[in-house]
Amino acid sequence: MDVMPKWAEVVLIPFISLALAAILSVIVILAIGEDPIAAVKLMVSGSLGSTYGWGYTLYYATNFMFTGLAVAVAFHAGLFNIGGEGQAMLGGLGVALVCLLVPWPHWTLALFAAAVGAALFGAAWATIPAYLQAKRGSHIVITTIMFNFIAAALLNYILVNVLRPKGSMDPATERFSETVHLPSLHDLLAPFGINFSKAAPANVSLIIAVIACILVWLLIWRTALGLEIRSYGKSGRAARYAGIGSLRITMIAMLISGGLAGMMAINNVMGEAERLVLNAVEGAGFIGIAVALMGRSHPFGIFLAAILFGFLYQGGAELALWTKIPRELIVVIQALVILFTGALDNMVRMPLEHIFLAIQRSRSAKITKPVD
Amino acid sequence: MSFFSLFDLSVLDTTIRLATPLLLACLAGLFSERAGIFDIGLEGKMLAAAFFSAAFASMSGSVWVGLLAGIGASLLLSTLHGLASITFRGNQLISGVAINFLAAGLTVLIAQSWFQQGGRTPSLLTGARFEEITLPFTKILGGIPYLGRIYAELISGHSILVYLALFCVPGTWYILFRTRFGLRLRAVGENPAAVDTAGVSVIGLRFAAVAICGILCGIAGAYLATGLQAGFVKDMTAGRGFIALAALIFAKWRPWHALWATLLFGYLQAIALRPDIIESAFGFKVQVQLLDALPYILTVVILAGFVGKAIPPRAGGQPYVKER
Repeated sequence: MDVMPKWAEVVLIPFISLALAAILSVIVILAIGEDPIAAVKLMVSGSLGSTYGWGYTLYYATNFMFTGLAVAVAFHAGLFNIGGEGQAMLGGLGVALVCLLVPWPHWTLALFAAAVGAALFGAAWATIPAYLQAKRGSHIVITTIMFNFIAAALLNYILVNVLRPKGSMDPATERFSETVHLPSLHDLLAPFGINFSKAAPANVSLIIAVIACILVWLLIWRTALGLEIRSYGKSGRAARYAGIGSLRITMIAMLISGGLAGMMAINNVMGEAERLVLNAVEGAGFIGIAVALMGRSHPFGIFLAAILFGFLYQGGAELALWTKIPRELIVVIQALVILFTGALDNMVRMPLEHIFLAIQRSRSAKITKPVD
Repeated sequence: MSFFSLFDLSVLDTTIRLATPLLLACLAGLFSERAGIFDIGLEGKMLAAAFFSAAFASMSGSVWVGLLAGIGASLLLSTLHGLASITFRGNQLISGVAINFLAAGLTVLIAQSWFQQGGRTPSLLTGARFEEITLPFTKILGGIPYLGRIYAELISGHSILVYLALFCVPGTWYILFRTRFGLRLRAVGENPAAVDTAGVSVIGLRFAAVAICGILCGIAGAYLATGLQAGFVKDMTAGRGFIALAALIFAKWRPWHALWATLLFGYLQAIALRPDIIESAFGFKVQVQLLDALPYILTVVILAGFVGKAIPPRAGGQPYVKER
């Protein structure tokens, strides 16, 4: 079915899908009686106009890189991991335990241990759905949805009954010690003479997220395991025929996916809040779906899509602050992106395929003419 | 206080109220999934219906206008789901996710634009809500011990949508298992190619199923905002669409079992509101969080096949491509 050239596949279709989502978003803004041009201007200046805005944009983007990669790795294995939200919640628990239970001498050690803890807890939360999918054929979408709710209840229980400091009414852990404080972009960029905003939450986790993007790219496209994962995702039956075990690939892909989603917690729990609160994930697990779809499950695409969504998130917060447009506008835009780049993909693809087919035919007709 | 206080009439009464939206949404999902269209957008459709029913009931003062608006909104999202998953053969799960977010965002956006009350509708007054109906002979029969009290306090005194939802159970059973349409609908969820060969439109049947799903979700949402509560608040479905989905699996895609499953989950919700009763019945505290999570845990156990395997319709989730 290679009707279309590669550039159309990689650039044109996502562009048209995004344009459709953008047009509808503008219509929505107009429909609620607001000025879309002023809104976009405010979003751009609020999220990209200052290092403070950039700091928030990149902070959100860090979250979305992790969750986007998580969804993408599962996508490559033909699995839809909708449980990033729950896995990231559990990842937060892992980070909190690592930071609270061990008196870390330095943040580097703490970050390493916290990342491992977050990944382990996130992966653990993906284990049961993965096993049930591989062994029992229970649909992973349903089980991961259920596990999101179970995670929320579990975290609620643990925060209220176990980790809440005595005398506190807040369902949250106590603040982590000063030694596990992660350097922000301000601290990191100061030696280079760049004066980055001190108040913005973007931190060293951003670098880890970028490294994760590169590692996932290496894994998927440059290792034998990646080839196995991709072939299993393309056709489970063909892969099994080639000797690729479905239990093994499902488990590995889902554990990596859950681990990546969990690792988001080094950014939001350790880097920003510096304690575990009830609603720490704030839907970032679900935004990972939009990010992965928009980035076509490719780490570079995910990197760009995560920054775009970071921009939308920070811009949306600015809109809610300065105009009468509620923050939920971002949820609508997110829905439209998922709709057009995911569910209605064929709506964009089918007419384009017809066009390219027509072009090919007319070309081959020209080539064959001189012959007769 | 004893173990029997767990089955106090007031708790059972609340169970019926809380089970109603679950039941309607569960039957909605049943129609859709039996026809081979997965629908994880039940939540979003209910939410949209809840908002539009409350908004139109508030503006017109008539709850029936509200109900129609709710059903209309839900049908619109159903059409979108059908367009994405039937016409354009897209991923049904992704479409469902998109619909949930679309409803979550748009309801607040529009509510803020129309009413300026922080994403909610004004509280609904009498006439704009579904009133409780007192069934005939309540006064006479109420005097009879046990059965009379059950009739007067438990069966009587709900809004009409509760009775409609209960009526939908045999209704769904009849349509699915005793009519030609139902047979074809189930066939299209198991083996669409066979239905196509028999000269029946797969696309038409699936759109019909998705539309029925939309209507039932619309009623469920309208009940939430105009029956159970008096107005719309942000995210008021609170995961009910997913509990309905869980109930659907629990019921293994069968109408009568859907009733029992939603009553069970409704009961869990009702009992979670009364921690005092649980404590006196068992002698120890049961964590509310455990009760919240129980429907989901039970569903995972069912899915795992430990208590009888739940096998979904065979062609579920796959778009139908006519062979050429």
